[in-house]
Amino acid sequence: MKPGSRLKSAACSSEVVVIKYSGGTIECGGLPMAEDAAGDGSPAAGFAEGTMMGKRYIDAAATVELLCVKPGKGSLSLDGVALTTKDAKPLPASD
Amino acid sequence: MNIALLLEMAAGAAPDRIALVCDGKRWSYAELWQAAQGAAELIRASGASHVALLDESSEAALIALFGAGLAGVPYCPLNYRLADADLGALLGRIAPAVVVGDVARVQRLADGQGHVPYPRSEFTLAALEAVASPDAEHDSGEGIAIQLFTSGTTAAPKAAILAHSNLVSYILGTVEFAAAEEHEATLVSVPPYHIAGIAALASSIYAQRRIVLLPAFAPEDWLKLVEAERVTNAFVVPTMLGRIIHALEKGVRADIASLQAVAYGGGKMPLELIGQALDRFPDCAFTNAYGLTETSSTVALLGPDEHRAAHAASDPVVRARLASVGKPLPTIELEIRGEDGKVLPTGQVGEIYVRGDQVSGQYRERSALDADGWFPTRDAGYLDADGYLFLAGRADDVIVRGGENISPGEIEDLLLTHPAIADCAAVAVPSLEWGEAVGLAVVVRGGCETPAEQELKEMVRARLRSSRVPEVVRFVPSLPYNEMGKLLRREVKGLLAR
Repeated sequence: MKPGSRLKSAACSSEVVVIKYSGGTIECGGLPMAEDAAGDGSPAAGFAEGTMMGKRYIDAAATVELLCVKPGKGSLSLDGVALTTKDAKPLPASD
Repeated sequence: MNIALLLEMAAGAAPDRIALVCDGKRWSYAELWQAAQGAAELIRASGASHVALLDESSEAALIALFGAGLAGVPYCPLNYRLADADLGALLGRIAPAVVVGDVARVQRLADGQGHVPYPRSEFTLAALEAVASPDAEHDSGEGIAIQLFTSGTTAAPKAAILAHSNLVSYILGTVEFAAAEEHEATLVSVPPYHIAGIAALASSIYAQRRIVLLPAFAPEDWLKLVEAERVTNAFVVPTMLGRIIHALEKGVRADIASLQAVAYGGGKMPLELIGQALDRFPDCAFTNAYGLTETSSTVALLGPDEHRAAHAASDPVVRARLASVGKPLPTIELEIRGEDGKVLPTGQVGEIYVRGDQVSGQYRERSALDADGWFPTRDAGYLDADGYLFLAGRADDVIVRGGENISPGEIEDLLLTHPAIADCAAVAVPSLEWGEAVGLAVVVRGGCETPAEQELKEMVRARLRSSRVPEVVRFVPSLPYNEMGKLLRREVKGLLAR
């Protein structure tokens, strides 16, 4: 999985762009994401928190980083473990 | 990740919101995204190796930037103020290019190089009309997004290149998506070929802060536009801020109550000027941003609260911070190193090194990064005990007198406290005895009597030390600056050699 790859959810309308990847299965709504996933399924229980546009998602060890470019009802996980959001450190609009 | 995704996301989230205002024309995110996709079609079809802009700021700059990104071709905005010979040389280095802007000049200077020139309006129209095929394969964004020729104040322009990943990591690390409220607008008056101009476009698009372009800066027009567009944010170079304040003092009237934040950078801010600005705009948040082309813009900044605290402080250490560029961003690493490459202790002047995802440090011809990925900025500076970064000129500007390194800044800062001195520059002059010695060009303040040379020498001797005393002093009507407010030290040396 190369940085820049765009993955779609099989469970909802979510789409992410891969910023960083070093292994494992990236899932949304509990189902593996893929470049050509149809998004017509529904999120599994426990993976239905939703994704937020423009948020970055990482695992605890920061081996994976995803940018949500289209929101949906499913939530993101890596090998079954939920990802968490990583906040930007906003500058006071410096440019 | 391709930088064009920043625009695609904004267009997806708020297609009808106004993204950009230029010459009274308003562009929505959806329109700009459509034009960028169309521009990518034109660029791909042309077979060009670069997309150049030879023009003032307009919507075309943004369309060309993101269109080039989608097409996987470096975007290369050129300095239209360059002399013909210099510009011709740069055009030769990027041929064949799609060139947007001054078609006649391209034909005159670079005919037969295979360039595809477009006047601005034709480019924009063609981009809007080019139907992007729905299955167009956009570039994955693993390559070069931007090629910028450095301003070359000390040598011939270098072609600095920024990867998509450099710029994207800068934006994602420092801007929260769609964070701006609908009323927010940022006034961009720096030229499009400057990294600050490009970073302003990218970060404003991602924050969804409306961009208001002022293609040719004049203080009266800047003030008028703030009023007309209810501008909330602005980026200026110090010279612009000085001219804005001067215009207000001369009685130019404008309702600029909407202005909440002013960021500045690109050149040295005189202490007196920022002090005036803080007094005149007591509710405005000032930010000093320090960065380079090679670092995708800002790497350190002094924030609004720090400005106010320093301005109000009686503690000289805190007060001095107004002359600093603040602290390094949390997303980058920064070190001060000596000539032997070792990290210097607090307070000692050395060369500033930076490392981080946003740092490119690459030129067309070579990489400037060391083995561990650190970029030597060629800027001299030091950190104070609390981690504030102070600049001390370009490393190349350091005057080496008999093996002793002298930073021009310390001499200049001292002399600028003299009531009769409006401006001054210290540069190296050849010395038989020392190799190099301090040469000083001085501009006398209007209405003041020219101070005696001996008085200035005594002032330096008393407050600094004898090695800093200028060997040559010359009084000049003005100092040479480029349009970004950067002092052209090469030319100052020329003034002193005469």
